[in-house]
Amino acid sequence: MKIRIDHGRIIDPANDIDRVGSVYIKHGKIVSVTDEPDSFKPDIVINAENQIVCPGFIDLSTRLRDMGHSRKATFKSEVTAAAAAGITTLCLQPDTVPVIDTPAVVELIKELAEKAGYPQIYAVGALTQKLEGAELSSMLSLKQAGCIAVGNANQPVKNLLILRRAMEYAASHDLLLMFRSNDFWLGNNGCAHEGAVATRYGLPSIPEAAETIALAQCLELAELTGCRVHFGQLSCKRSVIKIHQAKKYGLKVSADVAIHQLHLTENDMRPFDSAYHVLPPLRTEDDKHYLRQGLAGSTINSICSDHQPHDLDAKLGAFPETEPGMSSLETLLPLMLKLVAQHAITLEQGIACLSANPARVLRLNSGALTPGFSADVCIFDPELEWQVNSENWKSQGVNTPFWGQTLKGRVTHTLQAGKIIHRL
Amino acid sequence: MTDNLQLNAEGKLKHFLTIEGLSKALLTEILDTAESFAGMSEHQVKKVPLLRGKTIVNLFFENSTRTRTTFELAATRLSADVINMNIATSATSKGESLLDTIRNLEAMFVDMFVVRHALSGAAHFIAQQTAPHISVINAGDGQHAHPTQAMLDMFTIRQIKRDFSSLRVAIIGDILHSRVARSEIQALNTLGAAEVRVIAPKTLLPAHVESLGVNVSHNLTEGLKDIDVVMMLRLQKERMSSALLPSESEYFKCFGLTEEKLKIAKPDAIVMHPGPINRGVEIDSKVADGPQSVILKQVSNGIAVRMAVMAMAMQTAPAPGRFSGIHTIPGDRHAGSLPAGGIHTIPGDRHAGSLPANGIHTIPGDKSGVA
Repeated sequence: MKIRIDHGRIIDPANDIDRVGSVYIKHGKIVSVTDEPDSFKPDIVINAENQIVCPGFIDLSTRLRDMGHSRKATFKSEVTAAAAAGITTLCLQPDTVPVIDTPAVVELIKELAEKAGYPQIYAVGALTQKLEGAELSSMLSLKQAGCIAVGNANQPVKNLLILRRAMEYAASHDLLLMFRSNDFWLGNNGCAHEGAVATRYGLPSIPEAAETIALAQCLELAELTGCRVHFGQLSCKRSVIKIHQAKKYGLKVSADVAIHQLHLTENDMRPFDSAYHVLPPLRTEDDKHYLRQGLAGSTINSICSDHQPHDLDAKLGAFPETEPGMSSLETLLPLMLKLVAQHAITLEQGIACLSANPARVLRLNSGALTPGFSADVCIFDPELEWQVNSENWKSQGVNTPFWGQTLKGRVTHTLQAGKIIHRL
Repeated sequence: MTDNLQLNAEGKLKHFLTIEGLSKALLTEILDTAESFAGMSEHQVKKVPLLRGKTIVNLFFENSTRTRTTFELAATRLSADVINMNIATSATSKGESLLDTIRNLEAMFVDMFVVRHALSGAAHFIAQQTAPHISVINAGDGQHAHPTQAMLDMFTIRQIKRDFSSLRVAIIGDILHSRVARSEIQALNTLGAAEVRVIAPKTLLPAHVESLGVNVSHNLTEGLKDIDVVMMLRLQKERMSSALLPSESEYFKCFGLTEEKLKIAKPDAIVMHPGPINRGVEIDSKVADGPQSVILKQVSNGIAVRMAVMAMAMQTAPAPGRFSGIHTIPGDRHAGSLPAGGIHTIPGDRHAGSLPANGIHTIPGDKSGVA
């Protein structure tokens, strides 16, 4: 199968390309960008006029539910949403039911991914058994089964000695640790940022220090153990500063931010609206500003969706008892484009944060339109407006605070390994 | 973040969930309406038919004695039918969700929910989810709000001090976990108090507490200077086990209100407490039972204020100021002899015909009727 994508504005940050031209795909691989290969006879031609052609997006933190949580969402429903969002590679956090702590679960995920027709789902293995933070998981077996990294999802490793050992062991097998910084005790079962809004509404709150202290501890242990660490879903100013300092100091660390943290703050929360219940919580304008700056200055190199679809019941209740998380695959691109429109980052940076940079974090040969790479391509219309409603929405989880809003920017085609998995 | 959920299209009270977002005029209307009910309790016949035929469910997901009882009395005095549901030991412990409980009660054609719940936002959630004809009164949700408590305290303050604009009020104790404190602060600021001061150790103050519109002190002796109203808060025993305080005795030493410390406040300062009081922990018995204490007055006023809020939310409250008083005459069973210009009987009342057009209808014993 040969595909040619014509007339699009090709933006490929890894190869420093930004020009109008054609992309040539053969047998699931990128063959050439701009220059026509000899005697290339395409089976399919996609006209991408007035559209942007870029590497398919790589999402570093996703929940697809399914298995024990199929009432919330299934692989089938969520990969359709991912494809519609231009995402071609997903990292599945280990807090599935059952937890990704044995090779058997990794095999099950691969099987479900194949069945859903979306093979590029990478499991993140549990750092500790059952994510309990007590005993090490069989990380080598998990790696051999296909886990791309290890992590403890949102669960804490309360005992720092166990975290140290886990990081040493991960480093021994050259495994990346994906770490969500949250001190269990300081977090104190909170559900909102410790600030004026939580105070006014009497909501149990989480101080920034719950994140920054855990982050600082993990940075120290990264130096001690030599473990590669990626810090996921930063939410506050002081975390950005700490990562910046660590990088300057020479530590091999990276970080991402969830897309909603770049747009929403505690002030946007409608009173007790569970759609805004996320962890880490929405923080202040100042934090949002620093997260954006961290992105612009490459302290934070990736944007993730932190997609967490829920069933309706999970979000129906008094705010503290509702489950945290947003359904956020399909708003990823328009919200990234909004950052560009607001001059927080350039379009090239935005695309890099969704493709080349997360590929580098995961050490994947993708996230770029380099000849020989898997043909993972996203084509989007940056001007196309669409409303977030049940007609347009693919995810089974409708738990988004953007429901009903009109957003700008929509994916028209998604190609995964040369296969068209989404067409608007 | 305004809360229009509480008001109907005409701007009248529909639900009473929080003080936030309500105007000074509306709070004053509640106080004025309550005032007209206040005299009633002293009469032998303690009923008006404003909520006759209405069904009110006291939905208590958390234990309460005082609040539930005064709500029940208030509803009964408005002639409503009252059902008490103690959910803490009922449906939800069988795994039924909050929403299912509400749906089931709705199906029984109730008109009002009075809700107490351990989680902040529970009353909002119920108000959003419930059928449009049902009113929701928040009887305390988590650490968020307890608006009827705040209004009965405002009522008590106004009874004694008349005017809010010159008042300096100190709220002392566990502000962090207190829904009462949050509602008091909002009410006092809306009604134009000169100053609201919170006095507590840092462990018992929420972050950015000053954003609520208060001054902060960590020292009771300094904090009580020039204070007209001293509001004490209850200290829960579990604050010691969660490392917020070292011991009851040290707390009493620093923040307990004694006669001696009360002397620092203005000589005519009043002492309030939402109850139940911990004698010897946050307040000395001599103060609690002393001449400056208005603690029991607060309890009595609770009934009138809750009657006002319930009647207003059901749109049956007579306009304040129009009262020549809802006087029920002790021992009198003939409503016809009551002064005119009072409360109207509700349509459909079978005894209405025997009353003067403007008459006030008291229903002794509810069913015995009017001669």
